[in-house]
Amino acid sequence: MIKQFFSIAFVAICLFSITSCDTGAATANDDSSKVEKEKTVKKDMLAKANIKDLKVGDKAPDFKLKGIDGKMMSLADVKDAKGYIVTFTCNTCPYAVMYEDRLIELHNNMAAKGYPVIAINPNDPDVKEGDSFDAMVNRAKEKSFPFAYLFDDGQKVYPQYGATKTPHVFLLDADRTVRYIGSIDDSANDPEAVKKKYVEMAIEAIEKGEEPTPDYTKAIGCSIKKKA
Amino acid sequence: MRINVLSLFIVCCLLASCDQKKSLANKTKVNNVEVVDEQDGDLLIYERFEDMEYIFNNENDTTYVINFWATWCKPCVEELPYFDQLFTEYRAEKIKIILVSLDFPKQIESKLKPYLLKNKVLPQVMVLKDGNANEWIGQVSEDWDGAIPATIIYNKNKRLFIGGEVPSYANLKDKVEPLINN
Repeated sequence: MIKQFFSIAFVAICLFSITSCDTGAATANDDSSKVEKEKTVKKDMLAKANIKDLKVGDKAPDFKLKGIDGKMMSLADVKDAKGYIVTFTCNTCPYAVMYEDRLIELHNNMAAKGYPVIAINPNDPDVKEGDSFDAMVNRAKEKSFPFAYLFDDGQKVYPQYGATKTPHVFLLDADRTVRYIGSIDDSANDPEAVKKKYVEMAIEAIEKGEEPTPDYTKAIGCSIKKKA
Repeated sequence: MRINVLSLFIVCCLLASCDQKKSLANKTKVNNVEVVDEQDGDLLIYERFEDMEYIFNNENDTTYVINFWATWCKPCVEELPYFDQLFTEYRAEKIKIILVSLDFPKQIESKLKPYLLKNKVLPQVMVLKDGNANEWIGQVSEDWDGAIPATIIYNKNKRLFIGGEVPSYANLKDKVEPLINN
């Protein structure tokens, strides 16, 4: 009985996948095979788009991007780094803007300990005017950013990290192994209501030789738009 | 006397026009429990995700299309007309479209309401104020990490998560069609 059901479902899946477009939409009858099909389609799409979707424990790639000081910068350029707080952020997203002051504070507290903030703008200025390189320079001046603010020209770096929104933090250790992914703290809208400073907690754990808990958090942010 | 008749007439008109949206709101109840923190005209405002969780767990014959957006999110605003179109085209079907706004509480009056009015947004709009996003994002979908726009389409048999912008009305319709009447 169950075998019959699965073989019918299998045939149905085959028929559907032959006849329908690959939109990533699931049409199988069985719930678990539907989820699997969705995941496989997503993986294929990500692979095609050269998006790696870094997970905690993976090694993150280095890069060479232009900073607001006009100079090219890589993670390898940071002297005596014990880790890197790679943060995808931008000028235009209200969530990113809400975190600016806290990002400044994070850098000021952590850089001296060997964990600088490396901010990267992943947006395409053709799509978002306010995220042009010049706009970045202006913003950094306005707010006196103490950290490096780099431009992901050609949008090549953010897909290698699997960043999906701004702001999006990838905390790396000295070997560039990803140790934490997610938001800076647990209260975007209201800095006064923050109870957990996730990035600081993660760094504390790393310093003790422990695993960050949590090592992955979710938060609302503005999706990053890739050049069509 | 004339004023009374006029007032009565106006009230009737208002009630008649409100009726559809109110009855749509009623249809989202589960077990006849609906906890709404504030109902401001047609706008339902929730302080906590747990109070609106019911919209994700209906098990009736209706297909639900739930979109997360905000007025400050450009791609979100660009795809809203597709949901308006879906609303109009599928009016006769068992479908319920809910636009969940993540606009900031301080901007509900200054940005959200004027936007809805100006653009005559048709589907039910809800506002979620719950700032503890890490707690509830995963409850909407485990595939969602919080980037907006994002859309959930589900009925009692199937569930679909769309991360990012819907590229066209045709694309949205293609995703919804298989769930209607299935």
